[in-house]
Amino acid sequence: MQAETAPPSHSLAPSPGAGPPESDDPIVRDQFIRLQAARERRRARTRRIVRQVVVLAAFVCLLGLAYTAYKAFGTAIDDAQSGWLLIGSFLPETTDLKMPPVLDILAGIFEEPRGTGDAFWTIVAGEAAFTLREAAVGFAIGVVVGLGIAIALTTSGRLERALVPHVIASQTIPLIAIAPIIVIWGRKSFDFLPFEWQDWMSVSIIATYLTFFPVTINGLRGLQSPRPENLELMDSYASQWGQTLWRLRLPASLPYLFAAFKIAATASVVGAIVGEISAGVKGGLGRRVLLEAQRYTTGPERLYVAVLGAAALGIFVFVVISTVEYALVGRKGREAVT
Amino acid sequence: MSDASAANGPDGDIAIDVAAVELDGVGKVFNPGRSNEVDALTGIDLRIAPGEFVTLIGPSGCGKSTLLRLIAALTDVTDGSVSVNGKTADRARLDRDYSMVFQRAGLFDWRNVSRNIELPLELMGWKAADRRQRSAEMLDLVKLSEFARHHPAELSGGMQQRVAIARAMSFDPKLLLMDEPFGALDEMTREHMQNELLRIWTETQTTVIFVTHSISEAVFLSTRVVVMSPRPGRISAIIDTDLGERSEATRDHPEYFANVTAVRNALRGGHAS
Repeated sequence: MQAETAPPSHSLAPSPGAGPPESDDPIVRDQFIRLQAARERRRARTRRIVRQVVVLAAFVCLLGLAYTAYKAFGTAIDDAQSGWLLIGSFLPETTDLKMPPVLDILAGIFEEPRGTGDAFWTIVAGEAAFTLREAAVGFAIGVVVGLGIAIALTTSGRLERALVPHVIASQTIPLIAIAPIIVIWGRKSFDFLPFEWQDWMSVSIIATYLTFFPVTINGLRGLQSPRPENLELMDSYASQWGQTLWRLRLPASLPYLFAAFKIAATASVVGAIVGEISAGVKGGLGRRVLLEAQRYTTGPERLYVAVLGAAALGIFVFVVISTVEYALVGRKGREAVT
Repeated sequence: MSDASAANGPDGDIAIDVAAVELDGVGKVFNPGRSNEVDALTGIDLRIAPGEFVTLIGPSGCGKSTLLRLIAALTDVTDGSVSVNGKTADRARLDRDYSMVFQRAGLFDWRNVSRNIELPLELMGWKAADRRQRSAEMLDLVKLSEFARHHPAELSGGMQQRVAIARAMSFDPKLLLMDEPFGALDEMTREHMQNELLRIWTETQTTVIFVTHSISEAVFLSTRVVVMSPRPGRISAIIDTDLGERSEATRDHPEYFANVTAVRNALRGGHAS
């Protein structure tokens, strides 16, 4: 009876629409359930991504609509100023210069600014790549430094209590204030390095300043997240400090770290842009925003496009980190099969 | 592996003399000298021979888990001495003479079953091929071979605890310390796990020290039951409960019930005959 109902082993891979195999062998059944679960997960993930993209698009459209509606409302008030005197006096003006129409902004993306042979979006993309390099280097250094501090703090509760307030205090110093100092230091003091120090590296250091903080704070929580009995288990195996760090504390802290990485990655973009502006670096989105603000009257939509580019860069780094997170920690089977 | 057999081989006749665990006047005080000072254990004398299955039983707060942790050198004694296989407890820990199983299986979520079992072997520097082979043998021992590649989250509580036992036994420890390992399991799974543990104990000849607060569990499993009482934690009775080879039928054996009664009376305050 079993020989009739059990499927041949090569049919184990689920074909579309196949029901569970009528097998008494738990391994066969189990393997089938596992494959099916994996397929389910992939499908759910695709659905989730599609849903997120649709929601984002809808949100952007809504934002554009609200912008246009507010503008029309403001213009209407301006046109009928006599009846709306009070409101009209404190609502901002909604002229085309102050609020370029959405369609103008969209057109600005593809327009070729005078004197350049390129569409504006390629220029912005180039600046974004420049900023991305600064942010990525800053992020990488920030992760190493932040995690290093977190690991150091894990070694002793006294050290943690002594140093964490200073780590927090470090974030109260305004970025704008330290940026010029770092640039000046970079130009004068890093002669010992085997490569020539460039201003964009100073911007990376500024980005590091924003990046290391969430990594330290969340990393510390993550490194301390293993249950006492798991730490006792490692002790009972006479595990050395480094072994416990690598095999228990670090893997346990990955979910905490990735939450921090997402914050840190977007913060590193913000840090890079602010750094560019206050350091006077030639190139990058910060520089572009400053430039377009200066010649706003001749093309207001370009400033908006540059800002949209900055937003896109922030979203990009967030998506990159989320993808890595999914690959590293998101794949574990969460649902009980047995 | 090779040095383990070398240690047993030449001085095998000495090993019979050396107690698996010897506790001499052991006392433990938590937070000594402070307002929250607690006398956890006082005057514990106990000698456990190799191959014994000894259960520590007593009400909550009698220090049975603390005693296990003292033997494991996870906490230090305040008075007296603990020796494991003729060495200090901490030396035995560093030599990996014992292995521990906790109430929570404590498997690492991010490792599959097989890699969980390999954990202590990795820490001991075994080669990958040897680790995999041993892990397969251990999975065979706990009858979970087909779940080698599953992650802990996909297993039931009983299966997780079996993996924890496989992990603990993976490097052939001479001593197995179990802290209420079946405390979180339902009654049916629990009895099943008890049978499995006895089978593994018989097959491996390991010394087991087992903490529980279930009388039936203590009597069914052990060769000796150590009854403890609280405030301060001390040994109030030691009852021989060796029923020879045990099976499901043992659970209905008159001698088993007699032992249950004896342990229960000892727990109530020593009114046993």
